[in-house]
Amino acid sequence: MEPSFLFGQFLGGLTAAMFLFLIASGLSLIFGVLRVLNFAHGSFYMLGAYLAFQFVQWVGPRTEGFWLAALGAACGIAVLGGLVERLLLRHLYGREELYQLLFTYALVLILGDVAKITWGTGQLSVSRPPSLEGSLNLLGVIVPHYNLFIILLGPTIALIFWFVLQRTSVGRIVRAAAQDREMLSSLGANVGMVYTGMFMVGSFLAGLGGALVTPTQSIVPGMDVAIIVEAFIVVVIGGLGSFWGTFLGALIFGQVLSFGILIFPRFSIFAVSALMAVILIVRPWGLLGRPLR
Amino acid sequence: MSALLEVRDIHTAYGQSRVLFGISLEVAPQECVCLLGRNGVGKTTTMRSIMGLTPPSSGRVTWKGKEITGWAPHRVARAGIGFVPEDRRIFAELTTWENLDVARQVAGRPGGWDIPAVYRLFPKLEELRDRPGGFLSGGEQQMLTIARTLLGNPELLLLDEPSEGLAPLVVEQLLERVLELKQKGLTILLAEQGVEFSLAVADRVYVLEKGEVRYSGSAASLRDDAALRHQLLAL
Ligand SMILES: Nc1ncnc2c1ncn2[C@@H]1O[C@H](COP(=O)(O)OP(=O)(O)O)[C@@H](O)[C@H]1O
Ligand SMILES: [Mg+2]
Repeated sequence: MEPSFLFGQFLGGLTAAMFLFLIASGLSLIFGVLRVLNFAHGSFYMLGAYLAFQFVQWVGPRTEGFWLAALGAACGIAVLGGLVERLLLRHLYGREELYQLLFTYALVLILGDVAKITWGTGQLSVSRPPSLEGSLNLLGVIVPHYNLFIILLGPTIALIFWFVLQRTSVGRIVRAAAQDREMLSSLGANVGMVYTGMFMVGSFLAGLGGALVTPTQSIVPGMDVAIIVEAFIVVVIGGLGSFWGTFLGALIFGQVLSFGILIFPRFSIFAVSALMAVILIVRPWGLLGRPLR
Repeated sequence: MSALLEVRDIHTAYGQSRVLFGISLEVAPQECVCLLGRNGVGKTTTMRSIMGLTPPSSGRVTWKGKEITGWAPHRVARAGIGFVPEDRRIFAELTTWENLDVARQVAGRPGGWDIPAVYRLFPKLEELRDRPGGFLSGGEQQMLTIARTLLGNPELLLLDEPSEGLAPLVVEQLLERVLELKQKGLTILLAEQGVEFSLAVADRVYVLEKGEVRYSGSAASLRDDAALRHQLLAL
């Protein structure tokens, strides 16, 4: 195999990894703070894609309006997430986790149907914005500018989150909420607001991932379930609730998938699943996670 | 005398398991009142009921003449009641300073307490400012949890078993700090199992047994009457 071919596979894996990171980091943040495993996270991702498609129709396809559409879609999903948390999910805290799982699973079914009713069951597509339509020859590999943008966006978002969580007062409050909600509220914090805020941020990431993925793949019903399975694998590998773990998990997932295809062409997901199974046995809390209390 | 805090006949349960059976008590401004009783009699639950962490199923909690029964904990805190829980509940992954910063940011009341002021009260905390809370000793954690609550500028401090699990020397230092707070005019509701700490600071005591008030009176009467002490606390 030629080195440039391998490099191409590597870049492909990296692009996939950064998309996965966007989505899985939202899932992981929500779990880390609220201790809720949100099955509907994949549905938020899918709705982000559909909303972006819709907004692109309004602002005009093949224009720089794409960016506005993507941002609008992500914000729309953040608001949707906020409403879901405030009006529905909130009533299930303190109950058994099974109820939360069932509830978010019901959301998957409902939102899936809403998407089908609104946008039909056909494939929809969105073009790349003109500014990133070109491509680049990198060591003999043709890389679309758009993919480079995604590859750079992932670490940028990771660094922003790291900075906010570790170095700002808001981040410290979020980390305190993740550790001891009751104590934080006794100190005067309205923890309900912190929860809603975090759920919105996590949903924003799902919506943004969905919106930004539209120029690279078509929008179809079922992308919600496909992505949530992948995002779960990522957070299990990296460690649920661990931010850098999610980043590492996404990188590993992307590369194993990308190179696994060469070895088992028709069972590429098999390699990733096998990896997840091994990690679950050896280190059930993931590579960078911590055992749950 | 008008009470700062008044608890009237509260009943509190954890789900099906009933714990408090009609507790009533009062705390006057600048007073230090102690809830005395063995493990499991309901001292912590009384404090959690006041704080809104485990709201009572009946009865009322009145703060400065206003009913606060069933308020969310953050509203109770912002009204001026600070809670120092028995198990300290330090944010273990945050450093000492980060623990204090969180408390300062979420505090909803103005007042004289800021980080330099709590460092003056507990100079050790300044030395330990960059150490994660999980790596502090029991005594250091106790200082931090009190400091953290003070940053909310409470008028009343609920201090749940501060001496629990600490070496005698550390308890003595802590006692001095609590006395200092009392002299500054802070009102304190203390919970303790033993008489050493409590009788040294308290003006009045309520002895609890199985979720009820068994005895109430001045700390002095309990201090002077060994027979009464023995009868109430089987010490
Ligand atoms: N979270 C809880 N769930 C159920 N029962 C509890 C809980 N916390 C305390 N209890 C019970 O309530 C009773 C009073 O406990 P507590 O208020 O902690 O007493 P104290 O602080 O005086 O030691 C005990 O019998 C204890 O077992
Ligand atoms: Mg107790």
